[in-house]
Amino acid sequence: MKVNKFVIGGLLILAAVVFLIWSSTVSASEYFLTVDELKAKGSDIVGRNLRVSGAVIGETIQYDPQTLTLTFEVAHVPGDQALIEDEGGLAEALHQAVLDPARSRLKIVYVGPKPDLLRHEAQAIVTGKLGEDGIFYADELLLKCPTKYEEAVPEQAASK
Amino acid sequence: MIADFGYGVLVVAFLTALYSVYAAVYGELKKNPPLVESARRAMLLTWPLLTLAAGMLIYLLVNDHYEVQFVYEVTSRSMPLYLKVTAWWGGQAGSLLFWSWLMAAFTSLVTLRKWDRDREFLPWVIAVGGVTMAFFIGMNVFFENPFAKLYQTFNGNIAAYTIQPANSILFTPSDGRGLNPLLRHPGMIIHPPMLYLGFVSFVIPYAFAMAALITGRTDDRWIRITRRWTLWAWLFLSAGLVLGGRWAYDVLGWGGYWGWDPVEIAAFMPWLTGTAFLHSVMIQEKRGLFKYWNMLLIVLTYDLVIFGTFLTRSGVLSSVHSFAQSAIGPAFFAFIGITLITSAGLILYRWDMLKSETKMTSMLSREALFLFNNLLFMGILVICFWGVIYPLISELFTGQKVTVGPPFYERATSPLFAALLLLMGIAPLSAWGHSTLKTLGRAIWKPAVGAGIITAILAFTYTQNVIALVGFFLIALVILVTLYEYGRGALARQRSQGENIFLAFWNLTGRNRRRYGGYIIHISMMLMAIGILGIELFQVETQGTIAIGDSLELSGYTIKYKEVASWDNPGAGVNYTRAVVEVYDANGNLLGNLHPRKDFYFDTQQPMTIPGQLASLKDEVYVLLIDWEPINQESTTFKIFVNPLVNWLWLGSLLFFVGVLIAAWPERDAERVTVRTGKRAHQASAAD
Repeated sequence: MKVNKFVIGGLLILAAVVFLIWSSTVSASEYFLTVDELKAKGSDIVGRNLRVSGAVIGETIQYDPQTLTLTFEVAHVPGDQALIEDEGGLAEALHQAVLDPARSRLKIVYVGPKPDLLRHEAQAIVTGKLGEDGIFYADELLLKCPTKYEEAVPEQAASK
Repeated sequence: MIADFGYGVLVVAFLTALYSVYAAVYGELKKNPPLVESARRAMLLTWPLLTLAAGMLIYLLVNDHYEVQFVYEVTSRSMPLYLKVTAWWGGQAGSLLFWSWLMAAFTSLVTLRKWDRDREFLPWVIAVGGVTMAFFIGMNVFFENPFAKLYQTFNGNIAAYTIQPANSILFTPSDGRGLNPLLRHPGMIIHPPMLYLGFVSFVIPYAFAMAALITGRTDDRWIRITRRWTLWAWLFLSAGLVLGGRWAYDVLGWGGYWGWDPVEIAAFMPWLTGTAFLHSVMIQEKRGLFKYWNMLLIVLTYDLVIFGTFLTRSGVLSSVHSFAQSAIGPAFFAFIGITLITSAGLILYRWDMLKSETKMTSMLSREALFLFNNLLFMGILVICFWGVIYPLISELFTGQKVTVGPPFYERATSPLFAALLLLMGIAPLSAWGHSTLKTLGRAIWKPAVGAGIITAILAFTYTQNVIALVGFFLIALVILVTLYEYGRGALARQRSQGENIFLAFWNLTGRNRRRYGGYIIHISMMLMAIGILGIELFQVETQGTIAIGDSLELSGYTIKYKEVASWDNPGAGVNYTRAVVEVYDANGNLLGNLHPRKDFYFDTQQPMTIPGQLASLKDEVYVLLIDWEPINQESTTFKIFVNPLVNWLWLGSLLFFVGVLIAAWPERDAERVTVRTGKRAHQASAAD
């Protein structure tokens, strides 16, 4: 009988952990979508917590320091790692995404300091909500800048 | 040439590590001591080999050999020497080499010291260390060669190759991309090595645990041998986490220190199991309980260390940290799977030997409270693990990737952290073997009343936030209980030895450094908790675009804009823009000048925002320069945070290191390892 109380104590903690995981997952989960997937779902997902990944188009970056309002557009990049590898790696996939005018694009609005890593052809992962107006209102902005060698090509001639 | 040679050395190191595994296992099984000795020598050879390879990589880094892909990616001509050297671990291939290099150093250290004492374990320790090392060197040899060079093929494509492809020419960029400016920070230079030191040193207790299982010496000998390794591993891992947090606080410009990013969690998970392990091994030593559990914890810690390295280095998960995408994922996954299954198999094989020597009887005994502490740590681990893999699970089952962000972790873990604090308050007062509510109540009521009074004072003077007050009550309880225990011991010593109180404290700590080091660690954790509560619950922010001479106000502070200047530093390849602001308190007293900056790095074409910080124990004023008008200087935008109590977090972490050092510092008579047999433990428990 003595063992039982430890089992009960352990089960209580286990139950508490399961409950915490379940309730927190329900309240804090975010769909992770590509721009294409987001466009396909359309108005169904307005107001839900979302996370979207795309390639930053440099010329669309606008920043109003008065209100700290940052707006920019991202172009669709495939979500599947295998597809990205097929395009020649993340750097190349981002490059292609930005060049291709046929790719679907999404306008992002974010209020806060302009992130240091925000630039042309960076990968942006934004967390927030899609508005009725089709604009994505981000609460959080993650940026990645992968390596590319082509940028160094012109210097090749100079170094020879 | 050097690069090819470096790669050759890596291949030799790889083969040497494999040989040491073979010779150790085969030599031990066939009872062939010369073969085991050659395994030891092979193991000792790996470190010089890897040092040579690392030396060549550093040579290439320092001398601007941009035809080497890795050098091109992490350095540039304008970087100072020390950054070129530390760029060694600034990218994936180099940091894997750094991992192997540390692993070789530690395994060599183990085989050099105490070779005779631990002879029955060491062949297996060499084998486990060798397998781990061979895996990491193999990553470099087969997937991520730090010495791969850039070649341009006939169709104009440029890519990195280990061996020159046909019809291609070597491609030498005139300058490198340079280390991301965000990583050019002292915190970021020490943070990865600290984390890696922690990761790698946890392999040693794991190796001894496996050796104990294989040899059947499953008493607490392996735990006693590796106790200090574990503490050092824990110290380094903790230091890595804290430095990472400090780096984020200073550099990322969101006034935070921890973002529940998958990579942060990846480093946090082995810390959780490692912390649980540190606690539960005490129960095995004192009471002969929890033997399976300790094995399980060290296996989990080891595989979480590998998993952590994998998460940082793969790119399966989106995170600020995973600047790397590569093919090493499947290999890591396979390695984790194999080691997990092998270790679990060994535990099952020795299941009978891992039976507890005594039974737990009382819910409030020290060992029962330790058990609950372990379960809570495991609970937090499961929450973290779930959060990290949930995107993969959801994609597998629903075809839709669903992620969870910081609110998930904060919501799910905070009740468990609170419960941990409560246990931290109770456990030091409970007795081994048996405690009742009555004995415990008698011990705890004074500190509990004290904590209640402190909480009431805070409720009247500082905050009415219920969560904060619960937190402060628990923190006060832990600190008071710990001081009470500490003080009782010191007073008793003062009386019995006739020492003055300071000397009594000092000697008491020296006599039982593990216990009192642990108490200091508990107090330091509470100081850190004060800082975390402060910044999480009470952070306030404002922003504004103002002209020179104007002010912004926040939380009783007035921040007055004095001037802004911009200049180039061509040597460093940076343009600096620096503002000067004055901070006044509510009574108009000048507290100091701050210099928020925005640096622009030409090589990476990237700005870097550096906050101005005014620190005190009460709070910290944290000012960011967002934007400015270069011409008329009429409108400059600032963002300001006031982070209450945050510096307790950093102070606490300093005290934490003191505590761990007290607990981990080698003792003069550390050479004597006493081993308790199961029989004696039975007698001890019968006497209770």
